[in-house]
Amino acid sequence: MSDLVPAASLIPAGAPFPKAAKVALGMPQLRRNLAHATGTIRAKRAKVAGELDDWEALRDTAAAVKANVQRRLPELAVRFEENATAAGAVVHWARDAAEANRIAARLVREAGAEEVVKVKSMATQEIELNEHFEAEGLRAFETDLAELIVQLAEDKPSHILVPAIHYNRTEIRDIFSQRMGDAPAGLTDDPAALAEAARLHLRRRFLSSTVAVSGANFAVAETGSLVVVESEGNGRMCLTMPETLISIVGIEKLLPDFADLEVFMQLLPRSSTGERMNPYTSVWTGVQDGDGPQHVHIILLDNGRTGVLADEVGRQALSCIRCSACLNVCPVYERTGGHAYGHVYPGPIGAILAPQLEPGRHDDLPYASSLCGACYEVCPVKINIPEVLVHLRQQGPHGAGERAAMGAAEAVMARPRLWRTALRLARLGSMPWRRKGFVRRMPWPASRWTASRDLPVPPKESFRDWWKEREK
Amino acid sequence: MSARDEILARMRTALKDASAPPAVPREYRRALDLEVDIVAMLIDRLVDYKANVHHGAAAIEEALAGARRVAVPADLPAEWRVGGAEFVEDRGLTTAELDGVDAVLTGCAAAVAVSGTIMLDAGAAQGRRALTLVPDHHVVVVRRDQITGHLAEALPRLDRTAPQTWISGPSATSDIELQRVEGVHGPRRLDVVLLD
Repeated sequence: MSDLVPAASLIPAGAPFPKAAKVALGMPQLRRNLAHATGTIRAKRAKVAGELDDWEALRDTAAAVKANVQRRLPELAVRFEENATAAGAVVHWARDAAEANRIAARLVREAGAEEVVKVKSMATQEIELNEHFEAEGLRAFETDLAELIVQLAEDKPSHILVPAIHYNRTEIRDIFSQRMGDAPAGLTDDPAALAEAARLHLRRRFLSSTVAVSGANFAVAETGSLVVVESEGNGRMCLTMPETLISIVGIEKLLPDFADLEVFMQLLPRSSTGERMNPYTSVWTGVQDGDGPQHVHIILLDNGRTGVLADEVGRQALSCIRCSACLNVCPVYERTGGHAYGHVYPGPIGAILAPQLEPGRHDDLPYASSLCGACYEVCPVKINIPEVLVHLRQQGPHGAGERAAMGAAEAVMARPRLWRTALRLARLGSMPWRRKGFVRRMPWPASRWTASRDLPVPPKESFRDWWKEREK
Repeated sequence: MSARDEILARMRTALKDASAPPAVPREYRRALDLEVDIVAMLIDRLVDYKANVHHGAAAIEEALAGARRVAVPADLPAEWRVGGAEFVEDRGLTTAELDGVDAVLTGCAAAVAVSGTIMLDAGAAQGRRALTLVPDHHVVVVRRDQITGHLAEALPRLDRTAPQTWISGPSATSDIELQRVEGVHGPRRLDVVLLD
């Protein structure tokens, strides 16, 4: 049995995407695990999406509902607050991660607890709630199987839906055996045995915890209800058994009406796990006498979302329902995995969300794409990811070399005779580096380009020359 | 300024020049075609998700086979309490007591054929959420008139603000190599009894 090295630790913290991707590409086991997992889930998604003859109509509706939510956000947020409050919930507002973490930690202390059980939640990962709790002397126990694996390995999630996608069963067996404490002796790598070990490990904690922390997939303004979609039952445990429930919800999660669930609850499970419906969906509204937590708190989180809202093109990223279909079809994600993106939201959606949520950081992520458009095609809420990628590339800073090259190109292309000469020179000049119709490697400074791209050989005859001949 | 006021102000500033919200098209399906046999479809989908399906109230006994003590909501119909098991009514059972029964028997609020989903909304014969969560074996009775074809037909039947659990097969995970494994934290065995 090998010593555990968390995959995320191999990628230098804060490394730009090209550098991080290069490290990830050098891990053959990671690439095998990823290719297997994304391939499996792509096929499942395609099958169940294909079962619905109104799939495109559902996408059109979902996109329009989300666009409406964005434009009506102040009104819907207030309506949600009113209805949730009337039902017995306490609604808090958090401008940023630090404020949300402070409120959550205070609520845990007020409940007289030092430990909480957690339902898988992207929002709490985004604000690094677990790390904050630890710094405050509190402990958060992840209960989703994949999150448990990642937490035990002291690693970071690498996928929105299946955070431990980069581990195979044998690696997971090793993590459990070495880190779980109460892992059964002789644990095999059979997934059923591993799931059973997780059940036993968490069961007593579920039945005795007094505080739980969750996110939410949807927040219904009309009723003040929250919705959590899950598979294992760890969500139901957290949402039902403790006395106090704290849910941290991004403001973009709002839906206007309860009936909107008839659209989103068809799209989400089919797009994410490739199931017609996920095993368990919980819907709750405030406090219910004698049923579930009697202290229900909801923290509405901004943390950069209102900044995204201000961008007419970029705001569609707020439509995301975190299904992760775009990760599974992305040729870049499939090869690099999630850690290379250096942000809690990886893949195509991360490439447009991360730089917008944290302006000035992650400016390299909009380039982590070939603009092939597969992400747009599978997106259940029709986020035009390529459009936003191009939009963000135009806004991001450009290096001095790139600026100089583009400036020179502009000057040459504006002068027809100079341009003609340049094309001929390019054909001659690239001669020594040609391999099978491509220029694969050139000396500095052109190496900066050819290091990650092949260059087509300039044609024997330029279009201009061909046209001139034809005109004769 | 409070966080609430500041966030609302940020939203309004962000949307200052935003265009009007688009009209929402609603061209999608809200029901299945009339010729679809929704009972057959529900059974097919339940079996696909590894739930066991039985027919008729008498089959409740077979669904409960092996269970000696069975928790039930206090308002569970008497005619469903069949067989030799001891039926323990939930009048505030503790978590430990719930953990100690072999199975739980309830009704439901609605079922959706197309996705094999059974919906609970804490209404008649369903009890509170913990009752159908802690025991490892859930037997749920579905009346013919509770079966709908499509999700859009089922939602209006629910008490929207009551605690709801939508169940599609037993607890499962696909977290290890995306291979589905039935049975993690929720009831590992789900038996559905269809009444005519």
